[in-house]
Amino acid sequence: MKFFIYLSNYFSNRETIQEIFLIPVIATLLAIFLGLLLLIVSGSSTQIALTALVALFTGSFGSLSAISETFTAATPLIFAALGIAVGFRAGLFNIGAEGQIILGGMAAVVIGFSFQLPFAIHLIIILLSGALFGAFYALIAGWLKATTGAHEVITTIMLNLIAYRLLDFFLRMPAIQKEGRNDPISKSIFETAELPRILYLLDPNLRVHMGFLIAIVAVFFVYWLIFHTTIGYEFRAVGKSLEASKYGGINPAITIVLAMSIAGLLAGLAGACQIAGVLGRATPGFSAGIGFDAIAVALLGRAHPIGVLFAGILFGALIAGGRAMQVSANVSLDLITVIQALIIIFIAAPILIRKLFPWILK
Amino acid sequence: MNFEKFLKISSGALAGVLLLGINSAHAFTACQVTDVGGVDDKSFNQTAWKGVQDAVAKHGVDSKLLESKSETDYEPHLNSMVNAGCDVIIAVGFLMGEATKNAAEANKGSNFTIIDFAYDPTVPNILGQVFATDQAAFLAGYLSAGVSKTGIVGTFGGINIPPVTGFMDGFAWGVKHYNKVKGKNVQVLGWDPDAKEGLFTNNFDSTDDGKAFAQNLYDEGADIVMPVAGPVGLGSASLADELGSDKLKIIGVDGDWTQTDPARKGVYLTSVLKKMDVTVLSVIESVKSGSYSGGITVGTLENGGVGIAPYHDLASEVSSELASEVEALRKGIISGSIVMNK
Repeated sequence: MKFFIYLSNYFSNRETIQEIFLIPVIATLLAIFLGLLLLIVSGSSTQIALTALVALFTGSFGSLSAISETFTAATPLIFAALGIAVGFRAGLFNIGAEGQIILGGMAAVVIGFSFQLPFAIHLIIILLSGALFGAFYALIAGWLKATTGAHEVITTIMLNLIAYRLLDFFLRMPAIQKEGRNDPISKSIFETAELPRILYLLDPNLRVHMGFLIAIVAVFFVYWLIFHTTIGYEFRAVGKSLEASKYGGINPAITIVLAMSIAGLLAGLAGACQIAGVLGRATPGFSAGIGFDAIAVALLGRAHPIGVLFAGILFGALIAGGRAMQVSANVSLDLITVIQALIIIFIAAPILIRKLFPWILK
Repeated sequence: MNFEKFLKISSGALAGVLLLGINSAHAFTACQVTDVGGVDDKSFNQTAWKGVQDAVAKHGVDSKLLESKSETDYEPHLNSMVNAGCDVIIAVGFLMGEATKNAAEANKGSNFTIIDFAYDPTVPNILGQVFATDQAAFLAGYLSAGVSKTGIVGTFGGINIPPVTGFMDGFAWGVKHYNKVKGKNVQVLGWDPDAKEGLFTNNFDSTDDGKAFAQNLYDEGADIVMPVAGPVGLGSASLADELGSDKLKIIGVDGDWTQTDPARKGVYLTSVLKKMDVTVLSVIESVKSGSYSGGITVGTLENGGVGIAPYHDLASEVSSELASEVEALRKGIISGSIVMNK
């Protein structure tokens, strides 16, 4: 109950509504509009552009299976973007979610195929191990920053590259590689380690899984952490001004390491959820660039947990809707990448949107 | 644009969408899901898509295409094709093997075909198309050994999977056969068919890798290189183009690269053809006529599913004697009088 009072107080603030709703919504609509304009300029008929637009909506929210696909794609994005948002709050620009997803996923795969445990216990262990390894991997970058001042942008990019090669190496280890295969592919996890599909009873092909619900819980957890705990206050203080936070008695080194670890923990969960909920095994490309898309999601969500939730669902919708767009309008999936990029440009330049729509935004 | 005009256009479009929906429910539709290489990879995705396009031109069927951006796309892409009411769904590539199996088992009413994957046991609604590319590559290996001036030839692959290493096996065996027949000692760099170890770029998209790997092989003395990694090989071709075809020649794979990459056609000695367009077309025809059944189909030298391309610009490098030996080998493999792995 207390929480809902917080929430209603929060949203009664007009500036916040602008920040986390109006600007992203306008940016998205503008980007979709420009994307379709681009389609028409490049030679498609208006009818194809409108077919594409209709497909984008029906393919993402038009049916139960479309919604299921949207949420499935959104789940890892929400987790990883929450981590990046925590980093942003503490003044850290964490590019390393991709590597942390890979480490989390690798741990999940090993736990998933090595032991056979009772259902719920196996699932909890697989998620915990993913979170732990993701946290450990991000901690390296946090520790380097805290002790040596090495910039986290550089170190996390490097750690991503190491993670890619580590995965290549890992997938060729005889203990991990699938029997009878020469190519890099891991063994499959046991069924007891799989995240159950939420809508299994309605239709076993609906892929949205428990991970989505856990992601929503994570959203509220991060909200509570950032805005209602001492640790969260310290994150925000260090993020606003490192020097001032020192005078306020905060140890920035510990705060940085902690913020990076929590970011890695959430990204690691994204990796574990992909393995346990969708893929069931690891291949060299299993991270699929989610860690980079998540940076865009965190920016679009203005580094606010609730904003991240909606931004993640929006990006999931673009993925699911883009698929329908290609099937029914024969429009290349690359258009979705263009739309995503345009959204980021408008988000990065909120003044541009304020200038374009002065009657909506003051 | 005034509001009325907007209404007119949008309602027209909506009617179009609805019509499209009705049409697609009736017309025969062939649907392809590509792997991450994309449909313009000048390699197997493109060759398979050509088969679909041939069916469109020949039989007036409808076609749909979904390009995968990552491995996680395979299964949802296949499922959206099922939902789109496709009559036959073409999955391109070994790496889609498991996703295709899952989709086929969940949708027993849909017909699937996959390139480069043979299920054991077979799945009733998947037709696996595999190709005896080692037979064709054997000819290319023998040819290269005969053309090479340095006595060293090379190859490298995308990743160590059977559809890739089949080419490399055949190539190495062909060179070995040449050595045995001629009493020479031409070496093959980049692949050991017995240990199943060799050079791999570990991707199917970096032309930079294609250039770097060809450079390494060239530095080791190879003057003919066969890159088996889809579009990666185009990077190797650009190196050969810079060096000149007297220093480095390239052997294309999948399609005839003098046709798909005409700007550099002077560097291609030949191409090892894997005629997926022909098999894809025939699968579409079989579904259309109702004679489709799951299982495995194998493209061989005998049925024309594999082969080597004409020598085109570099025909002068191939002596008429060598050319007739290669032709005799082709017949020998078909009749079984030549065993490749000996």
